[in-house]
Parts: sequence; structure tokens; C-alpha cells
Amino acid sequence: MPRVFAQIRRWYDERFGDELLAFLRKKQVPRHRHSVWYYLGGMTLFLFLLQVATGILLLLYYRPSPGEAFESVQFIMTKVRFGWLIRGIHAWAGNLLIFTAMLHMFSTFFLKAYRKPRELTWVSGCLLFVLFLGFGFSGYLLPWNELAFFATKVGTEMMAVVPLIGKWLVVVFRGGEEVTGATLTRFFGFHVAILPLLTTLLLTVHLYLVQYFGMSVPPGIERAYRGSPQPLPAHPFFPNFLLRDLMGWYLALGVLAALAALDPWELGVKADAFAPTPAGIRPEWYFLFLFQTLKLLPAKLLWIEGEQFGVLLSGAAALFWVLVPFLDREPEGRTGRLFTALGATVVVYIIGMTLWGWRG
Amino acid sequence: MRFVLAVATLGLAAVSLRGQAPQSAPAADSCRTCHAIFEDRLGQAVRESSEDVHWLRGLSCVACHGGDPAEEEAEKAMDPRKGYIGVPRRAEIPRLCARCHSDAAFVRGYNPSLRTDQLAQYRTSVHGQRLAQGDTRAAVCTDCHGIHNIRPAASPVSRVHPLRIPETCAACHSDAERMKGYKIPTAQLDEYRASVHFQALEGGDLSAPTCATCHGNHGAAPPGVASVERVCGTCHVFQEQLFDQSPHKGPWQVMGLAPCLACHSNHRIEATSDALLGAGEASLCARCHSEGDNGWKESLDMHARLSQLQAQLGQAEAVLRKAERAGMEVGEGFLTATNAREQLIKGRVEVHAFNAGRVGKVVDDGAKLAAQAQEAGEEALRELGVRRKGLGLSLIAIGVVVLALWLLIRELEGSRARPPETR
Repeated sequence: MPRVFAQIRRWYDERFGDELLAFLRKKQVPRHRHSVWYYLGGMTLFLFLLQVATGILLLLYYRPSPGEAFESVQFIMTKVRFGWLIRGIHAWAGNLLIFTAMLHMFSTFFLKAYRKPRELTWVSGCLLFVLFLGFGFSGYLLPWNELAFFATKVGTEMMAVVPLIGKWLVVVFRGGEEVTGATLTRFFGFHVAILPLLTTLLLTVHLYLVQYFGMSVPPGIERAYRGSPQPLPAHPFFPNFLLRDLMGWYLALGVLAALAALDPWELGVKADAFAPTPAGIRPEWYFLFLFQTLKLLPAKLLWIEGEQFGVLLSGAAALFWVLVPFLDREPEGRTGRLFTALGATVVVYIIGMTLWGWRG
Repeated sequence: MRFVLAVATLGLAAVSLRGQAPQSAPAADSCRTCHAIFEDRLGQAVRESSEDVHWLRGLSCVACHGGDPAEEEAEKAMDPRKGYIGVPRRAEIPRLCARCHSDAAFVRGYNPSLRTDQLAQYRTSVHGQRLAQGDTRAAVCTDCHGIHNIRPAASPVSRVHPLRIPETCAACHSDAERMKGYKIPTAQLDEYRASVHFQALEGGDLSAPTCATCHGNHGAAPPGVASVERVCGTCHVFQEQLFDQSPHKGPWQVMGLAPCLACHSNHRIEATSDALLGAGEASLCARCHSEGDNGWKESLDMHARLSQLQAQLGQAEAVLRKAERAGMEVGEGFLTATNAREQLIKGRVEVHAFNAGRVGKVVDDGAKLAAQAQEAGEEALRELGVRRKGLGLSLIAIGVVVLALWLLIRELEGSRARPPETR
């Protein structure tokens, strides 16, 4: 067997040379007490690729129409061999992907990896996160079940409060005034064509920038090694870092398989536009803190509607978050306590509001 | 002579009305201006009429009472020569209302779908016949619809809205003193309130039967033994058809037993159950049939078949629920169980033919569906077991790979000096 590998290797080297492997071996990844956070980007990428693979498999059976969507997912879950596993992994990995992307984003924030020269890496990462949320929002409706139908109704209704273009946005996203079959077709288009295209483009940019600037070293570590005769410890990307990455990916696969088998993603009952809105409708967990915030706002705040105020404030906060690299003017090597405190507040707020929203 | 005069003046008022078809509340007139001053019943009429359907459609006091609202002086406004009749006599009320309500051309100007046969129907009713015999205590239009505050029947505050009809009828029929002379029971409302029909009505089903559904409204009368089955059959169509084919049909007719009522009673129609069949305490069949006769055997057979399907279905649904709780998708199984339950319902309807063979045929179809539903649930639970075993094996395989990777990393990094980690 090793002889076969050696032959393949020789065949490859004769044609393409040893450049790629040499490059990967040459690429060094710093090792320090915070280097565990470096694996979150790779984990998110792995989950995204898993989504692409399981999504393509689901596409073989899924039918994006109100008359067939629910039934086709039911068919996948009950009749297609391992369909339940593919759908379960797709649904769970979607959530895990947003969770790891969130952790990746906050770790980047707290380790100040967004600072010069990596501002655009941060911006592209934030935009990717928004796209992942878009995947979650559009994918949630596709099984065309009752909960998804009404959650989409509530979610798209919120767009109406955006000044000037709110009404137009609602019509664009719904494909009409109401959530109908047109919305389903449209969301399917977003989910399998528009968002994947944008994500591929942005992901390429993001990975290129990560590659171009290399791994960032947290200010505290950098300060400790500045002027030290001992260089910052590092190990090769290939195979040391990649093998550790692989370990993580396998573990994630195990977790996903366990979730899909022990806690299958519920399909619920088919959506009925004429049915009354079921009690306790709430969005997916990653939108829960926003939902809870809007729920707590009074009907009127200052001179505008409470909901409108909330949506505008959320938009402004998101913009601020994306522009953080340009606002954090701390000198290189300084931890920057103000932004750390700000990030901690955001984390506490999101966790608190999510738990509050979860408890209802 | 007084009667002829009254009819003639009413006719005059009606003629004057036909010329106009106002659709909004009329302008202020002297009747309302003067009567509004009174705090007693004379003023109450004005206050009550502000939401009255006639007033809101432009029909004022003069439409019923006659007179001249343009005159400011009371004597002139209430001049009999101008058609003024004062308070209409009870005996005259049906004809007074019918002046407009029996005039199809006139009614069409207000509500083209409104029926115009109320007076004709009323004359066939027990109320109408008693009134014609001179019993002025018999119900007339105003007893049910109100006087100055008449609302459209569809209005929830109308006295003849489905939700209020039982109380409206009971206002007289539950009054023991009033009913004493008629020798009819007065417990109908209490009995009706214990019925499934009232439960449905109370639950918001406005199509649920009320007094008027079975007795008629303007033509109200007891259905009578001969027509009870047809009355119940207006809603319970299949039960009626099946009863007509049943062996009970002929003998009951001879015995003078009212179909439907003989088993289900009239006003107190309680929820049915399989226990009404068979030989248990609640069995209705056991009231007439004795142990060993054909009817007894059929009843036992029907009871056994229905109970068996009910039990089988309960078992299937329990398995499906168990699989569902475990996260399995068993929507199709539940759909099959629903179809089986429909067969059970059909079987219960089929009982009205009093033929165990017919019930059995329907129940057998239901049993097949229930078995399919149960199999779907059990298959889901078996699949769950397979998944868990598969998961166990996969986790072992993943664990082995992770361990191998860890060993490989150790070997790789052990072969050269391990780079130190920072503090």
C-alpha cells in the first residue's frame, strides 16, 4: 500500500513539483496559550463544507413548492436511505456553524486580531457571518412547517420598519405582500444559489487575507516576546496544525452524528396559512437576543415606533461592530481595555437576552 | 269598526312608506323630540331605538304607530285621522309587522335576501294558531325580536342570535306560571343545557342546533313523532338513511315510538359512546331487548367490534407517540391512524342500521389501517434502535481515527524537539 502512495506522489511531483507541500510546510502557526482559538476558523470552514455536501444531497429529493416541500422533507426523513442522517446533520451543522462562527468572531475580537493590517479580514469575516445568518433564516422556511412559516412571517414583518425601503424590502423578501409559495421559492433561491455564490466569493477573499497576513499574535503575547532573544514558538501548518484541525473535525462529526441520531431535528406539522398563529412563536436561537430586545422596547420611544427604534439601533450596532478595526485606535501591542470591556458587555447582553427569550 | 279603522290607517301608513326607501336614520321628528323628554317607558322607547335596525334604516315611529311627525303639537301629531294608532294591540302585531315584512317588493329595497313568508309561517305555528283562537298570551313577533331595540338576527346582541335563542324561548317556556295553562313542561332549557348541542353552541359553533333549528322559528311547533326523524336528518343525514334501512323502522312506526328520540331523548341529547351498545349498564339496547334475542346479539357484536377497533387504535397511537417523542418522523403513521379513526366514526354511524355485519365491514377496514399505523410506529422504533447501534459503531470508528491522529501528532512532534509553549 505505501508503494502505491509513493507512486502517486512521484507522479504528482513529476508534473507539479513539490511547491504546494513545501509552502504548507513552510507556513508556520504560532503556539501560545491562546492558540486553541486558531482552530475555530478551520472548524467553521469544515462545518460550511459539510453543509455544502449535505445540502447537495438534500437537493436530490427536496422540492421547493408549498404543495411538495413538507412532503419531500418527510420523504427524505422516512424513505430515503440515510436521509434522516443527512437532514439531521444539515440542520444541526447549520446551527453549530453559526455557533462556531460566533466564537471565532468573538475570539478574534478579544485577541484584537482585527487590528492593522487585518482590518479587511475582520470585515470580510463579519460579512460572512451575516451570510451565515442569511443561510439560517432562509433554510429555516424550506421544510414549510408551521413554526417556520410563522417565524418567517414575524421575521419578514420586522423588515417593514426599516425607514424608506421597509415596505419594499418586505415585498422583495416575501415575493409579495404575504408569506406564500412565492416566498418559499425565493428563499430556496437565496439558500442554494445567491448566498452560496456570495459566500464562496467572500470566503475566498477571507482565506486569502488570512493566508496573506498570517496568524495574528495577541498583544499580550507579542509584548512578552518583544525584544526577547527567544523567538515566538511556532509549528508548521502542515502537517502539525492540519492534523490537529482534523482531530477537531472528526470530533465535530461525532457530535453531529450523535445529535442527528439521538435528537433528530423535528419536522413538525405542515404550514397552513389559514391556521391561527401558534402560541410561543420565536425565531432560531441566534436571532433570539434581537427578538427579545424588540419585545422589551416600549411601543413608542422618543419620536419613533419602539420596534423601528430597535431595528435601527441593531443596524447601527452591527455597523459599529464591522467598523471596529477602524475605531479602535489603541497603539500596537496594547490590549485596549475599552474595547475588551465593550466586547464583554456585548457577550453578556447576547447571552442574557437569549436566555431570557428562551425562557419565554 | 275600530279594527277596520286600525287596518285602514295601517294601510295608509304602509302606502306612505312604500313611496320612500330611506337607508339611513331619519331626520329628527316631533315623536322623538317630545318622547325623549319622558323618563318613563314613553321616553325609554326613544332611547332604546337608537340602535334599532329599523331606525338605522330610516324607518321612524310613524312606520308602526302612524301619525304625523311633522306636526309639533301633540294632538295634531297623534291624530287618528292621520293614521295614529297608539300602542298596537298584541293580536294585531303579526299583521302590523307583516305589512312590510310580507311585501317582497318593499323588503327588496332594504334586504333582498330577507324572507317574506314570516306571517304565513307564523299562522301555521302553535303560537299563531293560539293567537288566532284569541289567546293573546301566545307569542307574537315582539316577544322574540323585541320592540324598539330590534337588531338584525346576525348581531350577537339580537334576541334571536343563535347564542341567545335558548334564553329567548325560555323567557316564556321556562316560566312555570305562564305555561301552567298549556300543560307543557318547563325544563327544556335545563335539559338543552345538558346536551351536546348546547356544548357545541357554547364552544362557539353557531351552526349547532338551537330551539329554532328543530322546532322552526316563525312556524314554531313540536316536530311530532312522524317528522322527528326528518328533523334530525337535516343534520344527521347518514343516521337517518341508515335508520330507514334498519329493522326498527317498521315496528317502531307501529308502536308509535319516535325515531331518534327513543334512544337519544329530545332536548337532553347527551354525548354518545360505545357503551350505549352491548349489555352494560348504559346500554340503550338492553332497555327493550332481552338476553339471547337477535337484537341483543347484534348489539353485543357491534359493541365488541367497535370497542376492539377503539382499543387497537389507542395502542397504535401510543406506539406512534412513543416514536414521535424519541424524535422519529411518524407523520404518515399518524395520518393512517387518523384514517382508521375515521373508519371507527363511520362504524359508529353505521350502528343506526342495527346490523352487526355492516358495522363489522367498516370496522375491519379500520382495523387494517390501525394495524398499518401500529406497524409504522414499531418500524420507527426499530429504526431508532438501528440508528443508535450505528451511532455507537460510528463513534467508535471516529474515536479510533482521533486516537490515531493524536498518536501521529505525538510521533511527529516527538521525533524532533517539541517547541515550548509560552506561559
